[in-house]
Formats: sequence, C-alpha cells, structure tokens
Amino acid sequence: MIVRVSGEGQFRLPDEDSDRINELDNRAVAAVEQGDETGFRELWSQMLEIVANDGNALDDDELVESDVILPPRDISFEEAQGEFTGEGLIPD
Amino acid sequence: MPGLGGRMSTVVKSKISRMLDRAEDPSETLDYGYQKQVEMLQNVKKGIADVVTAKKRLQMQSSKIEQQVVKLDTQARQALSQNRDDLARMALERKTLAQTELQTLDSQIKELEGQQEQLTTNEQKLRQKIEQFRTKKEVIKAQYSAAEAQVRIGEAASGVGEEMADLGLAMQRAEDKTESMRARASAVEELEAAGTFDDITQLGGGQDDIERQLQELTSGTQVDDELQKMKAELGTGSEPDSPALEQGEGTPKEGSA
Repeated sequence: MIVRVSGEGQFRLPDEDSDRINELDNRAVAAVEQGDETGFRELWSQMLEIVANDGNALDDDELVESDVILPPRDISFEEAQGEFTGEGLIPD
Repeated sequence: MPGLGGRMSTVVKSKISRMLDRAEDPSETLDYGYQKQVEMLQNVKKGIADVVTAKKRLQMQSSKIEQQVVKLDTQARQALSQNRDDLARMALERKTLAQTELQTLDSQIKELEGQQEQLTTNEQKLRQKIEQFRTKKEVIKAQYSAAEAQVRIGEAASGVGEEMADLGLAMQRAEDKTESMRARASAVEELEAAGTFDDITQLGGGQDDIERQLQELTSGTQVDDELQKMKAELGTGSEPDSPALEQGEGTPKEGSA
C-alpha cells in the first residue's frame, strides 16, 4: 500500500502494515477524543516509525494516488483534534 | 469516510474530476491539467518568498535587540561603578526583557528556516512530478484511444493532484505560522517604539511609566542576582553608600574604577 506523510512524500509499505496502522489510528482517535495528548503523541510516533522502518520512498517520477494520507509530522494537538476523528485512516 | 485519508483525498478527487469534466477531448484535458499544475508551481514560489521575507524581518529585529543587550549591559556596569544602583537596576531590567524577546525571536527564526527548507524540497518534488506528467501526456495523446486515454489521464492527474494538494496544505500551514509571527513582529516593533529596549541614557527623568511597567514585567530576582554578580566583579559590592556623583562630590573611592 502507498502511504503519504503530508509534507514528506509517498512511501510503499507492505500490505500487512495496513492493519497495524489502522489499529494505532483507532487508538489515536480514542486518545484525541479523551483529550489525552501524551497518549496521542506516543501512538503518533509509533505510526511514523512503521513508515520509517518498513517504507520505501517512491521515486519522484511515479504518479500514483496514496491509499493513506498521514498528517504532517509536526501536527499540533489542536490540529489532531480536527484530523483524528471518526472511522479513521482506512475506511471499511 | 471522515477519516484521515478520507477528507483530503475527497477534496483532491473532486478537484480533479472537475478538471477532467471541463473538456471533452482528452488531449485538451491534458493540456489544461498541465497548465493548472504550472500555475500551482508559481504559487508555491510566491509562498516560499513570503516565508523568506518574514524570516528576514525577524532576523533584523533580533540583531537590533542583540545590540541593545550589549549596550544595556555596559551601561549597568557604568552605573554601578558610579554607585548608581537605581540606574543599574533599570538597565538590567531592560536587558532581561530584551533577552527574553531574543530567545523567542531566535526560536521563531529557526522554525521559519525549517519551513522554508521543507517547502523548497517539496517544490522541487512537485516540479519533477509535473515534468513527468508532461511526458506522460504526450505519450497518452499519441498512443491511446480517447476512452483509454481518459482512464490513464485520470490516474496520472490523481497522482500529481495529490502532490499539489499536499503542498497546498503545507503552504497553508506555513502561511498561518508566518501570519502569527508577523503579528508578533509588529508587537515587538511597538515595544521598541515605546522605548522598552532603549538604553537608559535616552530616558528623561527616569521616573516614567516605562520604568514602572518594567518593574512589573521583569522578575526582580534575576535582576537582583545579576546586580550582585556585577558588583562582585567590579569590587563595589561591600562598599558603604557614598554620595551620588552628580551631586558634585566626585570623590574617587578607593579601589573602584
């Protein structure tokens, strides 16, 4: 699957990561709903870590759409409250 | 699907489908799409220029205030060597205030530098994608039937479209930040205009509003500590109070400069 980290570009990840990212995302949504910034930061860095460890950056000449778009790395908690809502990253 | 992936890709897709609907002929769509992409690139350049301007302004303020810090420090020492604790305290209060302002300015300058770098990298990436789109569009125009071309255009345009939307988002964030820094820079300029960071020789009687405000603003302890330290350095700390200089005594005290 193709994941974009906003502001950083696109990465190709093994499909197995989809479940892990989705699970982390669901927990991040819950943390945001509870106003738990520390919890959110922890989950958010885990998500970025998956991309960093498993992802291969796409070549600049590849023109493809992403399956998942992650917000910017330095997202503020206020911004997160707008982004991490509802069903999460990967719609059913 | 209101999730992360959802919101942004919906925006992108609707933009692209509007773009594709505009022309019947695929090759016309392609040229139009390419033209839009090049326009977007121009906007990015303008956005980067704005960030650079904001950064330069903050840098100018920072170096101005830096000079004031040095000047105020010197003045505090001079005042102390003449046994004018009151003037020394005033100079140090201003110095503390100026130093706090400097720290904020420096961290903002760093933040803008980071943003400038990121936008520049992304601009180059987008430039390459657009170039790729241009190549592809010529191939599609030449090789495919209208129906098939439509599909392939959709794919390529979505890829570039997402890149553009993402850069648009990054620019929006940069603009928001620059805007708040601009407001802050104006506030600092007002403080400067009000003489907050001015050296103490520019004060009239020295008993004005500014002085009172400064005493409220700065924490006394830091100034007290620094005052003691300076006294120790100058070797005047333990001396008994002597008549102030401007009363015409001018008697040099033993050991002091």
